[in-house]
Amino acid sequence: MKIKAQMAMVINLDKCLGCHTCSITCKNTWTNRSGLEYAWFNNVETKPGVGYPREWERQEKYKGGWVLKSKGKLELRAGNRLSKLLNIFYNPDLADIDDYYEPWTYDYKALTQSPEKKHQPVARPHSLLTGDPLELKWGPNWEDDLAGAPETGKKDSNLRSLEEKVRLTFEEVFMFHLPRLCEHCLNPACVASCPSGAIYKRDEDGIVLVDQDACRGWRFCMSGCPYKKVYFNWQTRKAEKCTLCFPRLEAGLPTVCSETCSGRVRYVGVLLYDADRVQVAASPVSERELYKNQLQLFLDPYDPEVLAQARRDGLDEDWLAAAQRSPVYKLAVEFGLALPLHPEYRTLPMVWYIPPLSPMMQVVNSGQTEAESGEFFAAIERMRTPIEYLANLLTAGDTETVADVFKKMVLLRQYMRSKNLLGQDVPVEDNPWGLNGAALQEMYALLALAKYRDRFVIPNAHKEKAGDLYERQGMTGYDPA
Amino acid sequence: MGIFWWAIFPYLMITVFVLGHIYRYQKDQWGWTARSSEFLEKKYLKWGSVLFHTGILLVFGGHVVGMLIPEAVTERLGISDKIFHTAAIITGSTAGFITLAGIVLLLVRRVSVKRVRKTSSFADMLIAVLLFLVVSMGLFNTFGFNLFVKSSFDYRATIAPWIRGVLVFAPDPGLMNNVPLFFRLHIIFAFAIFGVWPFTRLVHVWSVPLEYLGRRSYILYRSVGPVAKPVKEWERASGDVG
Ligand code: SF4
Ligand code: SF4
Repeated sequence: MKIKAQMAMVINLDKCLGCHTCSITCKNTWTNRSGLEYAWFNNVETKPGVGYPREWERQEKYKGGWVLKSKGKLELRAGNRLSKLLNIFYNPDLADIDDYYEPWTYDYKALTQSPEKKHQPVARPHSLLTGDPLELKWGPNWEDDLAGAPETGKKDSNLRSLEEKVRLTFEEVFMFHLPRLCEHCLNPACVASCPSGAIYKRDEDGIVLVDQDACRGWRFCMSGCPYKKVYFNWQTRKAEKCTLCFPRLEAGLPTVCSETCSGRVRYVGVLLYDADRVQVAASPVSERELYKNQLQLFLDPYDPEVLAQARRDGLDEDWLAAAQRSPVYKLAVEFGLALPLHPEYRTLPMVWYIPPLSPMMQVVNSGQTEAESGEFFAAIERMRTPIEYLANLLTAGDTETVADVFKKMVLLRQYMRSKNLLGQDVPVEDNPWGLNGAALQEMYALLALAKYRDRFVIPNAHKEKAGDLYERQGMTGYDPA
Repeated sequence: MGIFWWAIFPYLMITVFVLGHIYRYQKDQWGWTARSSEFLEKKYLKWGSVLFHTGILLVFGGHVVGMLIPEAVTERLGISDKIFHTAAIITGSTAGFITLAGIVLLLVRRVSVKRVRKTSSFADMLIAVLLFLVVSMGLFNTFGFNLFVKSSFDYRATIAPWIRGVLVFAPDPGLMNNVPLFFRLHIIFAFAIFGVWPFTRLVHVWSVPLEYLGRRSYILYRSVGPVAKPVKEWERASGDVG
């Protein structure tokens, strides 16, 4: 056993407003530079939809992530190392800028410097690549709130196998928001795809970074990442990606997207995991086992043996304490509410999602004040957002796990409802997950109250142990100059 | 003039080539990249890049054989002059055509696809033009020269010994006296490429990531600091850190 710490995130889709504050603040911090205008390290997609870049989930096209070979060994979907080198002159799997969108700006001078005219002056868009006027046909968030979904929505690969059930007509439509950023995977395909060894995972916190000095621009990381979260800076011709705001994390502050999230739906904390078992956990035959395998990788931060081993592996006391208070551990492991995004890509992603329950409540007869739990649970099957869809997104198709999460969420609502409205502390011990009143109270505090100090439990980095920082200039993801 | 072009200029370019690389490697790791534009344009690049790179690797091999192996050696191996030349013309022309097709595509793409043109640096343009010139003259010398000029010019008796002389620091400019114009230009432009090489995207040639094949692990970890020492025994004993 080799214990490592991983900075991880949980995003509560049940409460995400789709306000894009996270994307904007991230952009203003990290990608407001020439060459990266098109890049959104954090973006918020409306599902169903093809997303950004277009159809990023179609791995048959982009060949991201890992596949299990016949001998039970993991291999990059794009092919082995030799085939990579043979394709080095032209990467057939690369998404190009039109798959994202052609970046543009407006010619604002037309507004501010226009002479008096009969008609209003107009600021027209023009391309940041060529300078030519641009007719906008696609953008970073073209499908916002289902805009165009009747057209593009059908191409959403999560809709596979349920085409008949889902109709994207106005009356029956469903939607939710999916904020996406780099998953800082435990088994990152981007790292494995980089022939120069420029991308690496930090030992201390698991953050995946691109060494700008070592990147030679071969572009395999971009196609290798199944989440399409490595971006090509077309000015510097090097790869850039989300850094999980490590300069902030190191100082104990949450990432910019988390800090500014107006829905307060993001949680950041430490998880302890067994680094020796990562490959095994990523290699089950059945894709549905990936979620459970990954869960089992995470170690109980209260287990004395785990703590002892963690100390032997050099983890500091404040990190162990943070692991014990970690909201991510609570939501993903203890309560089992958060699920990984597309575990079938086998990268073991570390941004997990609480599925959106809300639309279901509309199905329940609103006249009922004391809905029986049976009715609520039955209603889950009739949810507007098909459970199969969420399962394709979060559990490689395992609907039971998603339904289980919803049942817990319903249980929580029922419990709090009777407590707050009826003044009754209904005993709930007989539920299949053994959640008692105290646990539900804690869930409530985390999910509903969502205090800053509970959402973010981030230990400072131990920079005093760092080696020669000057030598490390440029290694951590952005321009050394 | 002969002395300058055939005894000084090559060394000038080689010196810039070597020092330039050392300087750039020290000072500009950040700018050291293949400068790929595939992200902006894929369709033409696919053919242009694959043809050019395959061709140029073959051409490189051909030059090594043709320039560095003296006639005496091949003859002793039982390869007659005639066979050698015929083989050289056939393989050389094939490789040359592949390379030329590639560089023409790439150059046309660079100039005519606006996205690529607008995002090109001066060095990108320069190197594309220089490569086009050198490759087209090279192909003319191998293929066209035999076809149209039909002279009995033998580069293995002139250029090859001269270049071997350059490599051992004993160039004999006299060998180049009767070399046809396009051969001379081919050589001069080729050395010009060596001179600008370290300041262009061509540096990516030295970064071909062959080490990928031998990498022990797919996943790489790096530590921010030296791995921390384990804590003392008495600290380890207590389980709770709350
Ligand atoms: S999500 Fe992030 S860590 Fe995972 S493969 Fe993509 S870029 Fe790498
Ligand atoms: S800021 Fe928060 S609520 Fe708003 S879109 Fe982003 S994750 Fe959702």
